[in-house]
Amino acid sequence: MTGITIAAAGVLTFLLRWSFIGASDRLALPAAVRRALRFVPAAVLSALIWPAVLVSDGSLHLAPDNLRLIAAVVAAVVAWRTRNVLYTIVAGMGTLWALTAGFGL
Amino acid sequence: MADNQGSSLGRDFAAGAQAVLPLLLSVLPFALITGVVAVQLGFSAGVASAFSLVVFAGASQIVAMQLIHDGAPLAIILLTVAFINLRFTMYSASIAPYFRGASAGWKALAGYLLTDQAYVLGLYGFAERDGIGRRLAFYLGVALPLWFGWQVATVLGATLGARLPAAWGLDFAIPLTFMALVMPALRDAPSWAAAATGGAVAVAAHDLPWNLGLIAGALAGIAAGMAGARIRGDEPEAP
Repeated sequence: MTGITIAAAGVLTFLLRWSFIGASDRLALPAAVRRALRFVPAAVLSALIWPAVLVSDGSLHLAPDNLRLIAAVVAAVVAWRTRNVLYTIVAGMGTLWALTAGFGL
Repeated sequence: MADNQGSSLGRDFAAGAQAVLPLLLSVLPFALITGVVAVQLGFSAGVASAFSLVVFAGASQIVAMQLIHDGAPLAIILLTVAFINLRFTMYSASIAPYFRGASAGWKALAGYLLTDQAYVLGLYGFAERDGIGRRLAFYLGVALPLWFGWQVATVLGATLGARLPAAWGLDFAIPLTFMALVMPALRDAPSWAAAATGGAVAVAAHDLPWNLGLIAGALAGIAAGMAGARIRGDEPEAP
C-alpha cells in the first residue's frame, strides 16, 4: 500500500512539474497567461513565506511574542539590503536563537 | 571550437552550482527533518529514501507520510499531494519557454528536478544566458546539487532519527531562503502587490483543507499583480 502511494504520488508530482516544460516546443501560451506568469515568483514565494512565519500549530500568531515574526522582520531587512541567501539565513536563525535563549522559551 | 563550447558549458554549470551552494544550508536541514519525521511516523529509512527519490518534494512527502500513518484513503492522499505541488505547474509554465529546443529526455529531467529553488535560480540565471545548452548547463548546476543533497540528507535524517533537536527550529531556514529569493522579483509596484496579496491571502486561508491556502494565495497574488500592471498600462513581457 505504501509502495503504491509513493509511486502514484511520484508520477503525479512529475506530471505537474513536467507539464509545460514537456510541451514547451508545441505550446505557445496566450499573452494574458504570459502576463500572469510574470508574477509567479513574487506571489508563490510570498504565499510560502507568510504562513511559515505567522501560523504555527494551525493558528495565527501576529503578536510580538511570535519570535519567528521578529526574526523574519530582521531577516527581511537583511534580504532586502543584501539579496544574499546566506546572510539572510544567518540573520534570521541568529535572531530566532538569540530570542529563544533570551526569553528562555 | 568544441573545446571552447565545452568549457563555457562547464562555466555555466559551475555558476549554477555556486548560486545554489548557500541554499543547501536550508534545504539540507529540511531533508534531515523529512527523514526524522519518516522514522517518527514508523516508516523505515528505505521508505523515507524511496519518497525522496520518487516524489522529491519535501512538504508533500511529509504530509503524505502523515496521511498514510493516519490511514487516509489513497484518493485523499493524492489530492493533497496534488494541491501542495500544484505550484510546480505554475513554475513549469513560467520557465517552459527557456527549455524550448531541448530534447524530450532533457525536458523530462528538467521537470523531475524542478523545485522552488531550482525554479527561481533558474529563472534569474536564464535571463542572462542565450541558447538551450548554456541554460541546461546552468539549470543542472543548480538542480543536481539540490537533488543529491536532498537524497543523502533524507537518509541521514532517517538514520539519526530523533537525535536532531526540534528546538533548533531548523525548518525556519526554508522561509528565510525564500525571503532572499523573492527580493529580485520585487522590482515594481505590481510585483509588490502580488507578493503582499499572495502572502496575506495564504495566511487568511491557512486552515483550508489540502493546502488550498497556498493555491488561493498564489492565484490571488497573481491577480493582484495583473491588476496593478493593468492600472499602470504595462506591456506584456517576453518570453
